[in-house]
Amino acid sequence: MEWEVVIGLEIHVQLNTQSKIFSGAATAYGAQPNTQACAVDLGLPGVLPVLNKDAVAKAAMFGLAVDATINDGSVFDRKNYFYPDLPKGYQISQLAIPIVEHGTLEISLEDGTTKSVGITRAHLEEDAGKSLHEDFDGMTGIDLNRAGTPLIEIVSEPDMSSAKEAVAYMKKIHSIVTYLGICDGNMQEGSFRCDANVSVRRKGDSELGTRTETKNLNSFRFVERAINYEIERQIDVIESGGKVVQETRLYDADDDSTRAMRSKEEANDYRYFPDPDLLPVKLEQGLLEQLQASLPELPDVKQARFMDEYSLNQEDAEQLSSSRAMADYFEQVVAGEKEQAKISANWVLGELSAALNQNGLDISQSPVSAEKLAQLIARIADNTISGKIAKEVFQDMWNSDKSADQVIQEKGLQQISDVGELEAIVDKVIADNPNQVEQYLSGKDKVFGFFVGNVMKATKGKANPKQVNDLLKSKLSK
Amino acid sequence: MHTLTLAQQVRALAEKQFSSEELVKHYVQRIETYDEKLNSFITFTPERALEQAKQADSRAGDVGLLNGVPIALKDIFCTDGVKTSCASKMLDNFIAPYDATVVTKLNQAGAISLGKTNMDEFAMGSSSESSYYGAVKNPWDTERVPGGSSGGSASALAARLTSASMGTDTGGSIRQPAALCGITGLKPTYGRVSRYGMIAYASSLDQGGPFGITAEDCAYMLQAIAGHDYLDSTSVDRPVPDYIAGLSEPVKGMCIGLPEEFFQQGLDADIAAKIEQACEVLKSLGCEIKSISLPNAKLAIAAYYVLAPAECSSNLSRFDGVRFGYRCENPTGLEDMYCRSRSEGFGDEVKRRIMIGAYALSAGYYDAYYLKAQKIRRLISEDYKAAFSEVDAVLSPTSPTTAFKVNEKSDDPITMYLSDIYTIGVNLAGLPGISLPVGFLQGLPVGMQLVSNYFEEQTLLNLGHQYQKQTDHHLQIPSEFE
Repeated sequence: MEWEVVIGLEIHVQLNTQSKIFSGAATAYGAQPNTQACAVDLGLPGVLPVLNKDAVAKAAMFGLAVDATINDGSVFDRKNYFYPDLPKGYQISQLAIPIVEHGTLEISLEDGTTKSVGITRAHLEEDAGKSLHEDFDGMTGIDLNRAGTPLIEIVSEPDMSSAKEAVAYMKKIHSIVTYLGICDGNMQEGSFRCDANVSVRRKGDSELGTRTETKNLNSFRFVERAINYEIERQIDVIESGGKVVQETRLYDADDDSTRAMRSKEEANDYRYFPDPDLLPVKLEQGLLEQLQASLPELPDVKQARFMDEYSLNQEDAEQLSSSRAMADYFEQVVAGEKEQAKISANWVLGELSAALNQNGLDISQSPVSAEKLAQLIARIADNTISGKIAKEVFQDMWNSDKSADQVIQEKGLQQISDVGELEAIVDKVIADNPNQVEQYLSGKDKVFGFFVGNVMKATKGKANPKQVNDLLKSKLSK
Repeated sequence: MHTLTLAQQVRALAEKQFSSEELVKHYVQRIETYDEKLNSFITFTPERALEQAKQADSRAGDVGLLNGVPIALKDIFCTDGVKTSCASKMLDNFIAPYDATVVTKLNQAGAISLGKTNMDEFAMGSSSESSYYGAVKNPWDTERVPGGSSGGSASALAARLTSASMGTDTGGSIRQPAALCGITGLKPTYGRVSRYGMIAYASSLDQGGPFGITAEDCAYMLQAIAGHDYLDSTSVDRPVPDYIAGLSEPVKGMCIGLPEEFFQQGLDADIAAKIEQACEVLKSLGCEIKSISLPNAKLAIAAYYVLAPAECSSNLSRFDGVRFGYRCENPTGLEDMYCRSRSEGFGDEVKRRIMIGAYALSAGYYDAYYLKAQKIRRLISEDYKAAFSEVDAVLSPTSPTTAFKVNEKSDDPITMYLSDIYTIGVNLAGLPGISLPVGFLQGLPVGMQLVSNYFEEQTLLNLGHQYQKQTDHHLQIPSEFE
């Protein structure tokens, strides 16, 4: 039996405004519990919300970036439910008229093609606080610092048909919101999190299968795993004669599975209605034009430019442009020397990215600055060091704040380019290995590598590889 | 001193005929003497008041409009450091940590708060009987109710236990008690006065406003509290006119409409006669009286009892026992804590309205109830809009009856709801309205309501002031409280 998978994502993006969406309290992460919650955030009797204009501008900016309609006159609604970390007993959100509607996004698939994913809507809402169950024996602590943090919830069309596509979409949204500078993108701190709606149907069926919603996936890996688990589970249920139940499920990273949280029957009736404390959101005159003009170059455009301007292949260009910080770093390394673009891309995506990953660092925290890496690459280009030695230099640079030149100098790693000096070494290697010379001369070309290796060994890798090649070839052919 | 109006006291204080301390002491004594008969205060703050009076006396030069005058605040306005209970067991332990904008503005004007007045629990009611702190009594007959929900503020002022007071009006809660207590009460245009710090009942209808002995007193109070507030997004940013200066404008040539729907069968003949007499006075001042129609007026109560409960069911969700207010003893779990805290903390009428509202907003009922009621609301607004294209003010009784007896209607919510038949449409449309005393029936006051177009409070105050210059109903003091 062939199965078709239908996936839609709801992504919650925390907007990085200074203050909360409806109060003047700060939004910074990690403060002592309840020190960033004012009377409005606590839902004290009599308080009223006042809309943060920056949150509106940031949501509109997202809309512009995905070619969406920005509604002038979007409406805030109350979503009513009781939970201890929801101070007012309702969340202020947008239901009928969200600020952003009808957007689209291109994602790249593994086979090199692209796919367009529809963005149904993105609406503004406030985040809830946090319930802390661990530290209080038999009780629950409430931290309202997060309550009132502005969010946009981005709802996709059910356009994705595999976990990989869903991850590609999520990564693309992540890259856009961080490019725009409207979200810090920090998934560990919950600034960017995702719910996945998944259903399966037999290939050819016109009706959609029953879907489940898996909540609170806060890493790309979890999204992929949770969706794949859910696909398998649903197929199993149907193939063994059962029916998929419409329900909300929770992903458990520990055993890599999902489990039921509540069914549709138990689902809350949120009793939405327009919030009478807030007026429809009128966009300030000229706001959209102003935002449009301030939009940065977005990932797709940047990727195309990298391919065109730096003659990079698609894979490199896409990887480099997936993060604005990485793209900026790359361009600083290249610094206009376009012929260095390919080697720079290799270094940024290779050695540098590996070191960053190993140390769990973001590119903005890299101990080796773009300028320093540029100098290292310049030393390869001008034959001061070989690519192999450069890796050694890079490690030293990573572990100290020394420049490439300092490391090369101190360790005496300059290539031996003096023909006389090299010639002597080459002669000695040939003289020391008559058997290999004979093999080479009898047609075993592979032995050539043996000579190169021995010259390099003798020079501790500092010989200029091209010179060594040339010298060996000419000497051996005599 | 208590026989003077607030405006007269302001002038007397300026002329140093007496000090604020003397004035406040006088009222403190009156409250101590008389309030046990009325139960009009929940929290009485004499020390605070006397302290403020001394400060007011020490101010020199350009003092605030209400400098040194004692007032009373409905216990729905948050006051920093003072219990703010909304007459509910739910908030019996709640000391507000901030001032409502109205309170800040009154403080800035130099007014002195004597305390927090009793009311229907969470402002839900028309009799001030549903208070956790017991029913409020009407000074004209202490076996009768003062009206509601701002009954404490109306009762205290009618008995001259304060110089003016503040109420809130969601469906008639200022105008109806003003009528039943024989004083003047003004509900401003929705958005004229900030709602920040006023504990919400139905956010799209609630509006704070003053009680005064006279329309002139109400003008003083409104002058102090009106204006845009950044903290209330629904408050309107437009200039505040000089209400006091506007009082003495002639009213000759003003056109006043009588909605025929309000003068048909069902209206008590004696009340109709009082209204007719008042119309004669207005005619003598040069006003033209004509009949108009508000065809959808009869739908107002039905629409109100969907919309107000719907909003209240959400507004009152924050009272969950988690952060402040009443929490039940020894909860066995979260749900038990919610259920018992709310069941034990709220009174019957509040619970009734929460349930009606939650029902009206439920999936499958929303369109039939909430949306339908919103449509009716628009129709009612359009009726008034049409009326104001031909008249300057709309006149009717404020209440279909005079003050009724305590417990007379408390078991019959529907009859109680009908007390607000003339006032509710005004809230649905967001218009300003005033209730003025127009005489007595069997010793009980009768009130007349005037309604004007948006932000034309000065028309109401002007008409009221000119009417009161010709009459003395508003100056009568109940004999037990002379």
